[in-house]
Amino acid sequence: MAARIATAPGASRSRLALLLLLAPALVWLVGLVVLPHLELAVLSLRARVAPRVYELSLNQYRTFVDEPLYWHTFVRTAVISILATACTLAIAFPAAWYIAKIARGRARSVLFVLCLIPFWVSETVRTLGWMILLRESGVLPRLLVDLGITPAPVEMLYHDATILVGLVYTSMLFMVVPLVSALESLDDSLIEAAYDLGGNGWSILRQIIVPHAAPGIAAGSIVVFMLTLGNYLTPTLLGGKNSLWFTEQIYTQFITRFNWEQGAAFGFLLLVLSTAIVWAGLKLTGQHFGAVMRRP
Amino acid sequence: MQQDLEVDRVTKRYGPITVVDALSLSVAHGSFFSILGPSGCGKTTLLRMVAGFLAPDDGDVRIGGQSMRGVAPNRRPVNMVFQHLALFPMMTVGENVGYGLARRGLARGEIGSRVDAMLERVGLPGAQDKRIDQLSGGQKQRVAIARSLVLEPALLLLDEPLGALDLKLREHMKIELKQLQADFGTTFVYITHDQSEALVLSDHVAVMNAGRFEQVGTPQELYYRPRTPFVAGFVGANNRLAGSAARVDGDVVELVTADGLAVRALASGPIAVGDAVEAFVRPEVIDLARNAGELPPAAQRFSGRVGSLLFDGANSAVLVREEATRAEIRIALPQTGRFADLRADETVAFGFAAQRAVCFRAGGNGR
Repeated sequence: MAARIATAPGASRSRLALLLLLAPALVWLVGLVVLPHLELAVLSLRARVAPRVYELSLNQYRTFVDEPLYWHTFVRTAVISILATACTLAIAFPAAWYIAKIARGRARSVLFVLCLIPFWVSETVRTLGWMILLRESGVLPRLLVDLGITPAPVEMLYHDATILVGLVYTSMLFMVVPLVSALESLDDSLIEAAYDLGGNGWSILRQIIVPHAAPGIAAGSIVVFMLTLGNYLTPTLLGGKNSLWFTEQIYTQFITRFNWEQGAAFGFLLLVLSTAIVWAGLKLTGQHFGAVMRRP
Repeated sequence: MQQDLEVDRVTKRYGPITVVDALSLSVAHGSFFSILGPSGCGKTTLLRMVAGFLAPDDGDVRIGGQSMRGVAPNRRPVNMVFQHLALFPMMTVGENVGYGLARRGLARGEIGSRVDAMLERVGLPGAQDKRIDQLSGGQKQRVAIARSLVLEPALLLLDEPLGALDLKLREHMKIELKQLQADFGTTFVYITHDQSEALVLSDHVAVMNAGRFEQVGTPQELYYRPRTPFVAGFVGANNRLAGSAARVDGDVVELVTADGLAVRALASGPIAVGDAVEAFVRPEVIDLARNAGELPPAAQRFSGRVGSLLFDGANSAVLVREEATRAEIRIALPQTGRFADLRADETVAFGFAAQRAVCFRAGGNGR
């Protein structure tokens, strides 16, 4: 019996089982990712010459290059996203270190839940919460007046820093989780050994901890960067009219202007941008995408 | 002789539990000193206090005559080989060995030449560019030792470094460790729960139990003249017989077990008639014979039935049940092969000289 399982009908049956197991993922991938993107690619590469008459053209992409507002927004979005990722990493790393290495038992799960709690409310409500705190008549400006720090309420919304704060807050969990798992797997005796051999805090961080946690850092950074770059609500609400976020441009093209061709081109450019930056980041830090994604 | 390490009445408590209890020891320059004890006896805590990872609650650790109070591990002239070696997997062999030198701010060229020389000495020439996961267990061991010794510490601490190796390699590394220590002349302080490692490797061994030293001495002293029941039971295989002292004749005590087996043994410490006592007889001290007449005339004689044969090459032994009381005694088989045809259930005679067995008052520590 056992020998027969390996013969041809058995093998084809197991291949069918594999296919069935993969089917939901494949439907998801093809139906929701590949097909829309193919459609977008076609859309972005055509121009309307007469009603219902289209021809192949690079007009949309030319508009992007010719119109400074578009590519300024593009660069600005990328820079703020990178900045937000760096800030998230800087704040999440000590937190992850504490959760992975110092906290024990209950304290540890409580801390994890604390990271999770912001996600129990929807992004809209969370962002509106920030607005209530930060707007001119909000909690924080009033507190500053009451404490005598500022003579009159200050408008804290609609600055780049506000966008940054909102983005970092939203991204925290996605950085903490891969970092905790990366740091947990670090053997404490490695740190002790380095200390014993004459290392100090900074050199141990640089030579032992960061290299060990590098795949976790890269995984967290990629996820946070992608989420930030593609975020629409937080920059729009906290940045107001001045937010100049690239996803907002895409939204405007599709919904306000009804210029689907332009919107599709922007969408494609965003995809290329994020891929390029992630690739550059991995190259700069000497990481491999496969290894990074396997880690957490 | 100069003492490289002096531990002076060091105490460490965790809450109500005293893990290390007013321990003192001194280790002479260039010697191999082992601390032998069961797990949980406090030996790792003691070692970590010497390395500086823990601060003693009381007492002082002096290395090369200098008090180490308030000196951080990275500033002590001591290096440690960790239980699982703790080699840095993100670095090559060369970077591992050169790590400490780089931290001391040596020039790159200087580090390179010292690392080369050190790898040569531990028998791994040209391994600089290998990754840690390309090394075998024994090679990792040598890299871990090289990484510490390249810093020329006054003292090398080893925390059961052979524990993770398989038996064959462990036997091999034991010999290598001893040779390395002899070559370098560095003082080694080695902790282990494996008595064979401690006996084979060390110049001096401290047997530790429940936060205290039971006995400190050469391996031979511990083996042949244990001073406490714990040492007698822990170091080497031993037959333990508990009972009460029926007769005291000079320094020889006659012990009678609950089953009525009477044996004579050399008293260690004062023992009075009626005391609860325990005696230890080593398996190789007991003579075995097919008939009682072959036993040495001075031996006290017993007869018994062979229970199980424990064949283990040179360490072969036989479990014999004493005829009257069914007490089980382990007897080493002579290596002459004289008893190669011994069968279970055979009747045999056995005996040993009272002078070669030792008797302690039970409960007390015999000191």
